[in-house]
Amino acid sequence: MEPILFKHTEIPDLDRLEVYVDHHGYAAFRRAITELQPQEVTQIVSDSGLAGRGGAGFPTGRKWSFIPKSVLPTYLVVNADESEPGAFKDRELMERNPHQLLEGVAIAAFAIGCQKAFIYIRGEFLYIGEILDAAVAEAYAAGYLGQNVFGSGYNIEIVVHRGAGAYICGEESALLDSLEGYRGFPRLRPPFPAIKGLYGQPTVINNVETIANVPHIVRNGADWYRSYGTDQSPGTKVCSISGPVNRPGNYEMNMGTTFRELLEDRAGGMREGKKLKAYIPGGASAPMLPGTEANIDISLSYEGYREAGSSFGSASFIIIPDDVCILRAQLSLSEFFAHESCGKCIPCREGTPWLAKTVRRIESGQGREEDLPLLLDICDNILGRSFCALGDFSTSNIVASVKYFYDEYEEHIRSQACPYAHQARAVA
Amino acid sequence: MAVLSVDALERIDTIVQKYPVKRSALLPVLHVAQNELGWVSREAMEEVADLLELDPDQVEEVASFYTMYYTDPVGTYVLEVCKTAPCSFMGAHEIIDYISETLGIQPGETTADGMFTLFRVECLAACHRAPMMQVNHRYYQDLTPEKVDALITAAQQLQLQTAAGSGFQIRKSWSEEVKTEG
Ligand SMILES: Cc1cc2nc3c(=O)[nH]c(=O)nc-3n(C[C@H](O)[C@H](O)[C@H](O)COP(=O)(O)O)c2cc1C
Ligand code: FES
Repeated sequence: MEPILFKHTEIPDLDRLEVYVDHHGYAAFRRAITELQPQEVTQIVSDSGLAGRGGAGFPTGRKWSFIPKSVLPTYLVVNADESEPGAFKDRELMERNPHQLLEGVAIAAFAIGCQKAFIYIRGEFLYIGEILDAAVAEAYAAGYLGQNVFGSGYNIEIVVHRGAGAYICGEESALLDSLEGYRGFPRLRPPFPAIKGLYGQPTVINNVETIANVPHIVRNGADWYRSYGTDQSPGTKVCSISGPVNRPGNYEMNMGTTFRELLEDRAGGMREGKKLKAYIPGGASAPMLPGTEANIDISLSYEGYREAGSSFGSASFIIIPDDVCILRAQLSLSEFFAHESCGKCIPCREGTPWLAKTVRRIESGQGREEDLPLLLDICDNILGRSFCALGDFSTSNIVASVKYFYDEYEEHIRSQACPYAHQARAVA
Repeated sequence: MAVLSVDALERIDTIVQKYPVKRSALLPVLHVAQNELGWVSREAMEEVADLLELDPDQVEEVASFYTMYYTDPVGTYVLEVCKTAPCSFMGAHEIIDYISETLGIQPGETTADGMFTLFRVECLAACHRAPMMQVNHRYYQDLTPEKVDALITAAQQLQLQTAAGSGFQIRKSWSEEVKTEG
């Protein structure tokens, strides 16, 4: 398959403006603002079937169409917060092909009548912020961004905004609060950002990868895009794979190919001496699946993982090897959510540390019989009751690990010890 | 008392211009302040508040929410090792132990000479290059004990060479010297 988003793996120096332009760079943006109406751009994106790559998979064209026609100004905000454990794809897209993102931003902004767009990038991506800043400056200087681009009368300014370390700021409404200079607390919805978003104005928030697809779709058309992927999941997906495999990294996969192809062909299979115990397909928030043959053959698609009882999410594959205690893996995940709970709502603020504490107790050999039902009970009290999805996310792997690895939980409690205690150092 | 340099104030001015609402510049402005001082002191918060027409307590409320801002003094080099699941499967805890032993400090502590602070942090989106850490917010990946030794030695040598320089200058020249890989 010819890459759509990952052309930088075949074309050297694609991060440089002149190389990008040599490979059709900014041609789609030129076409959009000189030949098309904003609604036509939105229509092409709708027809392509592109869905949000940030995790929720919401149809992108539809999201844009919610922006009211006559309320100005409108804003486009790119979600480059990429803080979900296991995810590192947006980083490569920005680092290796920054103009692909900028061109997508410019086109999406045009489609929703926005003249000032923001890229909210996680604060730790200091050097990527520098790459983007340089690319923006370069594109302004060359007349691809800025005032009256291509003589069309259209102005577009892009601001790269660095966050400061908080997973919750990836949640789109918390991201807006953070961008406005507040603590990153999620907002009550409705009103949805399309009606009242940044500074109270109509706002579209899209993930980096979603936006990076846009120039290709506008240049080649919706039918071309649909020639990739499956009926329900058109296009490709950049999959991150980490853990003890031979070639961990990002791979752009045609949707509908199998996880086996990602694991064995692209990532080179498990490292010598390691066996697949389980894997998480969609970042820390997606339920883990045991490493059975059937689960290795799942199709890389939204529907494939939905049917398997998990979630494709951001397609961040975390490989859990057979020498890792499932409770230790779970403890690490639970500690992450406890640390990242923003503290706004009680079920999540109180529930996430309680989950971590209970898992830690069992893992360290002090678990009690009643701890297993307790864990699931805490999950029940968070799920659907927390203010935003972070709370729900904190429960998904507890439920899955208890379901698939019940024996391991029981053994910890029965023997009052971790059966993997002799292995690598305990999770502290 | 003003704690920010003229250079920092100029940079802040440019940043503020980018936003339709002044307060939006708060996070980037706090980054500028911390980059200059090594941490965000109460005086820095007061000055930032003044610049953005906010109350110092509003600035403090925000600064204390985000993990990247140090609201207490830290060492010249802040080593933040990722400990989240994918890194932990690849030896993150062993690396944390190694640094801890080498520097003689526990996570959360600073060495007596004020050179190094060690923290354990959550996923930094570099899981494929595990174990990894950031030092003064620059990434160092695929860590081994040998790599850690080299980084610490480089820092110590620079410290000797620029003993008269401020922490900020040392930090800067170090990050230029020990080039970060993407
Ligand atoms: C706790 C939490 C964290 C999230 N983190 C991210 C993130 O880092 N990047 C991202 O693009 N979306 C993230 N999302 C999803 C966003 O809220 C939103 O759905 C997405 O940015 C929309 O863009 P898309 O439609 O292009 O996917 C997160 C959601 C939640 C609840
Ligand atoms: S788990 Fe360490 S960088 Fe992602």
